[in-house]
Amino acid sequence: MTETTQSAGTAAPARTRRARGTRTPRPAAAVPPADAKELTGYYRQMLLIRRFEERAARAYTEAKIGGYCHLNLGEEATVVGLLEALRPTDYLFTNYREHGYALAKGISADRVMAELYGRSTGVSKGWGGSMHLFDAEARLLGGYGIVGGQVPLAAGAALAVSYKGGDEVVMCHMGDGTTAIGAFHESLNIAGLWDLPVVFVVINNGLGMGTTVENSSAEPELYKRGAAYRMESARVDGTDVVAVRDAARLAVERARAESKPYLLEAVSPRLKGHSVVDPARYRSKEEKESLKAADPLARMALELEEAGILSHEARDELDAEVTAEVDAAAAFADASPAPDVSTLFDYTYATPVPGELRRLPADPVFRA
Amino acid sequence: MTTATQRATVTYRQALRDTLRSEMLRDENVFLIGEEIGLFEGSYKITEGLLKEFGPRRVRDTPIAEEGFVGAAIGAAMLGLRPVVEIMTINFSLLALDQIVNHAAKIYGMFGGQASVPMVIRTPGGGGQQLGATHSQNVELFYSFIPGLKVVAPSTPAEASAMLKAAIRDDDPVLFLENLALYNTRGELPAEIDAIEPAEIGRAAVTRPGTDITIIGYSRMARVAAEVAETLAAEGISAEVVDLRSLRPLDRQTVVDSVRRTGCAVVAEDDWLTYGIGAEIAATIQEGAFDWLDAPVRRVAMAEVPLPYAKSLETAALPSAESLLAAARDTLRATGRLALENAR
Repeated sequence: MTETTQSAGTAAPARTRRARGTRTPRPAAAVPPADAKELTGYYRQMLLIRRFEERAARAYTEAKIGGYCHLNLGEEATVVGLLEALRPTDYLFTNYREHGYALAKGISADRVMAELYGRSTGVSKGWGGSMHLFDAEARLLGGYGIVGGQVPLAAGAALAVSYKGGDEVVMCHMGDGTTAIGAFHESLNIAGLWDLPVVFVVINNGLGMGTTVENSSAEPELYKRGAAYRMESARVDGTDVVAVRDAARLAVERARAESKPYLLEAVSPRLKGHSVVDPARYRSKEEKESLKAADPLARMALELEEAGILSHEARDELDAEVTAEVDAAAAFADASPAPDVSTLFDYTYATPVPGELRRLPADPVFRA
Repeated sequence: MTTATQRATVTYRQALRDTLRSEMLRDENVFLIGEEIGLFEGSYKITEGLLKEFGPRRVRDTPIAEEGFVGAAIGAAMLGLRPVVEIMTINFSLLALDQIVNHAAKIYGMFGGQASVPMVIRTPGGGGQQLGATHSQNVELFYSFIPGLKVVAPSTPAEASAMLKAAIRDDDPVLFLENLALYNTRGELPAEIDAIEPAEIGRAAVTRPGTDITIIGYSRMARVAAEVAETLAAEGISAEVVDLRSLRPLDRQTVVDSVRRTGCAVVAEDDWLTYGIGAEIAATIQEGAFDWLDAPVRRVAMAEVPLPYAKSLETAALPSAESLLAAARDTLRATGRLALENAR
């Protein structure tokens, strides 16, 4: 464990491991090893995300959750490591695979689950659903459903921070597939050009839906895309929470102290399909089998046990605690009211306007 | 028209430029962002002198990356700044369509009202400048279709100033439609720039009262409509002119009230007819003034072709005072009003 805390790891999912000429930059700063209490805290957060996502998957099959539902299963160490590097006042933009990010940003499981259930107690009052979590207070400035849509927004938020002379950092999370879209490149160029305090984080889980990184990116070592914008960048083993944290701290420090953007790639497995309904038939049996070894939660449990930090019994206790928390969240969501139809026209405009058409489908435009 | 021009004191361009400056002086959070707006002083010189006065922090030149800088403006607006984006022409806004439609228009509602996007996108439409098919479109319809966006289209310098102030101070994303053919047109301002009251977004105006026919237009076509009304007046026809001014929200009531007075209408637009803004106006009129109509609502719009370069073809494809006048006369004949006037 200690060894991996000193450097960004090199692990890659089966399909990217063959990537040519892998050379992983190492964070320059020496980092003190994480202590036992910290590690247990990380493990608990990762476990909470795992149990939350499993509970969400169950609720989806029970038709409690509608629409699309993308889970962070396998991404837990990355999520927790990244968010450990942020201050509460820092901003986070994410994509549609973001339940774990909302939890790690300090939003209660109740309010996240209630959003998935489409209830008025949800973080976005039931207007967003799984893909569009937002909490102004926690400075989670949105999950976004359009691939790459959040990237220019994050650059713009960093521009606002810089304009106002603030010391906040903006973190922008995205998937590997996003690195092929124009908005990604335009935003990195702008961030580099204007010295914006933004950390772009690419989660490389090897697959954009069912398409491999090798089949969608001419440069499958995605962090190298930073070079085109003279942007410092690194790749880190996303299954190692401490390695992710340390790499993210370095990136956040660059952004905060030097107002320089940074591109961080976290190689992190996606344990299940693209979304809850995807059986991932495009993955071979061997590949699915190898994923078990890549499970960051199982790996950390074993490491903590071997290091004498967290016994099997203590782990079971944590698990029971966390499971109770997500069960309570599901109960809270289930008991929460659906948004009232009378609120349908409340959020079209922030500044009200005359002549706004407030009609339901069968209503006439002009009443007799 | 001629007398108005003689009294004119300021161009549409100057009104925009002075209003931007006035708003930047009023509110530190207002900043300009776009291609060639700083050193180059704007493709159409709307931002002339502003970089020199306010510096690069307030007047930010961007790379050619519409999706990137429009998105960045949205993100900045989410944190409380009031960006005024210039997109060189509305044709290039298509490159930022995802950011405008899926982000600017959605952020307030999709997150339950937690963040607003107080942003203005200024952009000119236009045709008739021999710019060819990709640089001559008027696609304000795309944005007018989207709840969450506001779309305004002033036709005079005074309105341009009052509406730009309103747009900048509004907490929602506003697409502010200008027109290449309007930049050099002149008009009076009601007061010094700093003292001009912001307009109320979403209100159409009856810019000329009349009793025989309603002519409806916006942006350049509102001025053409005024010209046509003047011609008709010389022939003894009393045309009422409605300048829509705002395409979303659309002031349906003003349109319907006018048609209830006149009994017939022609709507003129600088874009294609099919599925267009004229179609929405015609549908509004049939729903709100069916029993008052003495003739079908007539639409005057561009020919359904990608706009050609050659002057002969371009002129033929574009709506003009002549084509609007012809359509208005047809409509008046259908109601019997023109024949009656001629008989007198």
